[in-house]
Amino acid sequence: MDRVKDLASKKAAVIFTKSSCCMCHSITQLFYELGASPAVHELDNDPYGRQMEWALRSLGCNPSVPAVFIGGKFVGSSKDVISLHVDGSLKQLLMDAKAIWF
Amino acid sequence: MPEASRVDSFCLSDFDQSIGNHLENAVELSGNPVNNSLKVSSQTISPGPVHLGTSDRLPISVDRSSFMYLEDRLSLLAQKVQSTNHIIIPSGDTENQEGSAMADASPRTDISTDADTDDKNQRFDGSQSLAAVASDSSDRSKDKTDQKTLRRLAQNREAARKSRLRKKAYVQQLESSRLKLTQLEQELQRARQQGIFISSSGDQAHSMSGNGAMQFDVEYARWLEEQNRQINELRAAVNSHASDTELRMIIDGILAHYDDIFRLKGVAAKADVFHLLSGMWKTPAERCFLWLGGFRSSELLKLLVNQLEPLTEQQLVGITNLQQSSQQAEDALSQGMEALQQSLAETLSSGSLGSSGSSGNVANYMGQMAMAMGKLGTLEGFIRQADNLRQQTLQQMHRILTTRQSARALLAIHDYFSRLRALSSLWLARPRD
Repeated sequence: MDRVKDLASKKAAVIFTKSSCCMCHSITQLFYELGASPAVHELDNDPYGRQMEWALRSLGCNPSVPAVFIGGKFVGSSKDVISLHVDGSLKQLLMDAKAIWF
Repeated sequence: MPEASRVDSFCLSDFDQSIGNHLENAVELSGNPVNNSLKVSSQTISPGPVHLGTSDRLPISVDRSSFMYLEDRLSLLAQKVQSTNHIIIPSGDTENQEGSAMADASPRTDISTDADTDDKNQRFDGSQSLAAVASDSSDRSKDKTDQKTLRRLAQNREAARKSRLRKKAYVQQLESSRLKLTQLEQELQRARQQGIFISSSGDQAHSMSGNGAMQFDVEYARWLEEQNRQINELRAAVNSHASDTELRMIIDGILAHYDDIFRLKGVAAKADVFHLLSGMWKTPAERCFLWLGGFRSSELLKLLVNQLEPLTEQQLVGITNLQQSSQQAEDALSQGMEALQQSLAETLSSGSLGSSGSSGNVANYMGQMAMAMGKLGTLEGFIRQADNLRQQTLQQMHRILTTRQSARALLAIHDYFSRLRALSSLWLARPRD
């Protein structure tokens, strides 16, 4: 969990993924489309990957990836991100965290 | 070797006796063509080395010289029969006709397929050949009669053979017909079971596979009916200038009803994701616009903008943003799907024809299949998020618009899909040459 929190705080937009996960690819692409440059961490390529996945699940993230953090705060999985994007909240969060400017 | 000669004479005298008996029979037979006992198996009198049909009934120790004598006579006879067969011309002479008529008319022709009868015939044949041999070497007058007899025998054999073949073909035909009948019965049973579904979901029935798909199609048909009812209620309320409160009530009901179908689709995605993706539960024209198992929210909003005027500035911005957001989300999901397709293709095409041992190849193959299975499992997630997007878009639209505008929007959406469905029906019913 420490490692998760640590990595999440390092950048305005942070996404935890797995290299094999295509939904993670979707969410990451959305962030790029919005002009954000998220830090992407692949759990399957991280030595502490398993513990990190466990930590993400304990935060309520199901499935565990993609797990999105904005401004160091846990936002949610793909379902949450899409919902937030549709009602305009996602953009606002990104702007507030200085991940994007417009 | 007195023993041998004793045996020898014993055997020959047996034959003499049987020859005598059959000579009489031969005389009788020649005068009476219709005689069923003339059935002979085709194998007894054949060109080439003649197998003495009665050999298994002879005493074991037959003198070699007598055996050779018999062999000689039999081979002579065989040659004679062969040459006789060539002479037989279907010139309409009575013997020929009788021969074939006998085979057709007589029901007992078929009995000759029994192995037992054949054996008996064989035994009879052996003696018959010998009788013919005996008669050949004696009387000239009887010679002609026996020739006729031989001809008739050959014809009978041929007729019997043809009869057997016909019977075999007929039986085979019966068997295949019976099989086909069973298959048709099963199909009919299956069709009857689906019959109730066919009547409610139009042309989509034949592509159903499995319980999940069928069940969803039924539920969807029911959902459409209910939606029609609600929309009619809304239209009546709008036309009768009902109050906002009343409209809001109906609108909430319609939105909740939309939640129902998204929930049902979620269940169906677990049961049969490919059925949803195929769009076979929708009409053909709707299928044309299919995206990840449903409609494209962004397209829908584009259509609505014109119909929703007048919009306030804020509303216009809101709707435009909504349209853009849904477009972006749709693109993101589409890219994820493409990545999935590519990944799946790579998994299935990674070469397994390496130099590793066969067990390595099998493990490889199974590993690849397992990975591919895992990837297919993620399809459900994509459909789920696509529906999530549709649901969120509808709700956001409702938030941006006033009650009356929402009512008009929902009517417009329904009318659009309704027309697409009507178009499908027209298309399917179009006259073709």
